[in-house]
Amino acid sequence: MDLGAANFKDNVGKALADDKLQNAMTETGPRFIYKRTKARDALPEFDALRDQARDIKDHVLDHLDIYLETYEAKVKATGGHVHWAETPDDARAAVLEICRKANAKMVTKGKSMISEEIDLNQHLEANGITPVETDLGEYIIQLRNERPSHIIAPAVHLTRDQVEADFRRVHTHLDPKRDLTEIPALVEEARAVLRQKYLTADVGITGANFLIAETGTSIIVTNEGNGDLTQTLPKVHIVLASIEKLVPTLEDATTILRVLARSATGQDFSNYTTFSTGGRRPGDPDGPVEYHVILLDNGRSAVLGTEFQDMLRCIRCGACLNHCPVYNAVGGHAYGWVYPGPIGSVVTPALIGIENAKHLPNASTFCGRCEEVCPMRIPIPKMLRHWREKEFERHLQPTSMRWGLGLWAWMAKHPKLYRKATALAARILANQAFGKGRLKKVPLASGWTEFRDMPAPQGKTFHQLWKERRS
Amino acid sequence: MSARETIMARVRAKLPKGPEGARREAVELHMAQHPRNLIPARGEGDIDHRIRVFTEMMVAVGGTVEIIDDVNEVPHHVAVYLRDGNLPAVVRRGSDPLLAKLPWHRGGTLEVTEGPAVDADRASISHAFAGVAESGTIVQISGPENPTTLNFLPEAHIVVLESAALFGSYEEAWSKLRSQMGEGNMPRTVNMISGPSRTADIEQTIVRPAHGPKNMHVIIVR
Repeated sequence: MDLGAANFKDNVGKALADDKLQNAMTETGPRFIYKRTKARDALPEFDALRDQARDIKDHVLDHLDIYLETYEAKVKATGGHVHWAETPDDARAAVLEICRKANAKMVTKGKSMISEEIDLNQHLEANGITPVETDLGEYIIQLRNERPSHIIAPAVHLTRDQVEADFRRVHTHLDPKRDLTEIPALVEEARAVLRQKYLTADVGITGANFLIAETGTSIIVTNEGNGDLTQTLPKVHIVLASIEKLVPTLEDATTILRVLARSATGQDFSNYTTFSTGGRRPGDPDGPVEYHVILLDNGRSAVLGTEFQDMLRCIRCGACLNHCPVYNAVGGHAYGWVYPGPIGSVVTPALIGIENAKHLPNASTFCGRCEEVCPMRIPIPKMLRHWREKEFERHLQPTSMRWGLGLWAWMAKHPKLYRKATALAARILANQAFGKGRLKKVPLASGWTEFRDMPAPQGKTFHQLWKERRS
Repeated sequence: MSARETIMARVRAKLPKGPEGARREAVELHMAQHPRNLIPARGEGDIDHRIRVFTEMMVAVGGTVEIIDDVNEVPHHVAVYLRDGNLPAVVRRGSDPLLAKLPWHRGGTLEVTEGPAVDADRASISHAFAGVAESGTIVQISGPENPTTLNFLPEAHIVVLESAALFGSYEEAWSKLRSQMGEGNMPRTVNMISGPSRTADIEQTIVRPAHGPKNMHVIIVR
């Protein structure tokens, strides 16, 4: 496991200075927001569906033991296999064993965040099995040996010319003079290369958006159709899932699906929503013979029953990333691990430990847009605050910050002094601005003024104005 | 302890304490009743409304729709569709009884092959289990009648949808499935398909196709 998550501050500096990344982020950020808004406005029931989606998941989490048992029994009854994995090691070992039994040389993969979480590709390669990512974005970042920078758009940090350069570097069997200047030409090339992989792979590995307890079914959602070719053509299908993916029934899954695509890409429904239950049935002329589900815990059970439980409702749509001013400024790689953005700042400390994810809970302006757009109504800012409290309790913040907080707390408990001091500070800062309304330098705030000016106070404090307007 | 026991023990230790029997009952009752949640009004209405919404939604995501009155006209429409799309007059189907008994000779030189799709296939035809107006979605179930590969490998996927199977919402498709297969039982694969394959992974620019069919053509039989 790489622990880049602890280097958030350094990563941010690099990301802000990276012109290519800044171009990519400026182009795409607003598009996601526009598409979601349009989809939401077209469905009057959208917000009511979000309430129901939240309630379904809360009910599941409160009865998770029973739903897990029910689901497992149903998978077994339909001829499938369930492999429980407490840690990433367990999950990797289970996948490798299935691949070895199938004499696998090459495996195709649909998009799976769990695969990233357990670093599956490295493990397979180290054991002589070639993993091939088939989601276009995942394929591109696999060629670059990078992590996804977005939960649903893994290559959102890259521009067309970077992808062209990667394809020319790797697809050396093709004519070097071919024209790749347009995006459709790149997509067509990837389609042709990957089609051959689907047809020859020994095992297909996908993630799971949901697991249905009632029927023992796993669901994947894609637009490309890559997940379906991945799981339909090879003899063995492995599903990578985690224990919080459960929903009770087909009807409940359907309700959450209605908010998933709208929140993620602004589509009414994804192009391909696929429900898989067990392996090939008598008479089936296609489809996988074996069906395996890996059920990963990796720290999730420890979150149950705590102030962080709500994070387990997450359906990984990425809406909070798309609407986050911090994410849009620095991109996903700055977060240093698998899950970026606001939900990443909540989930990462839970899965790899707050001591390995310092700064992430502070990567927020608390503007609240993440919670506002979350289809599962996860109170992300509240949970970031809880993580900040944990950081403080465990002395993980720099001494200057602790002193600063201590000083502020003391001042806040002495209102008269607080008001006098803030009035004085406001006057000094206003004078410093010489009527220009902004400050290029402020003592102790170079972290702010290095990148932008600080708006100068207009003369009176909030308390003074409040008093005036009330009387 | 096995990983299963460890995880289950941890989950149980963390959950709100309550009488075990009542918790189990709540789960069993919910699964037995599988109540429908809120269903958006968009797809609800008579068959004309459902056809209109379905068509609108399917066209919006890059699919095409035509509406015919007589199922025996399907071969002719398939032949014309392939000709207009500059595709060879060959189409792959499964053993679906409705498709099997169609007068394929009415498609002229149209050649019909049977079985799961192979990479070389350019066009396939399936008989839809259901259609959902709400989002312009086709529901396919796996099996020899309509093999799953027909939905994904060929360049053009043609779907015959009878108007009696064109529902307003996904929930009605689930009810049909439950009545055919029995409560809690699923075919190996249920594919919900809304338009041809696409990607937006490079610069958020939508490109069709990605890995699946380039064209999806739905023939609704009134």
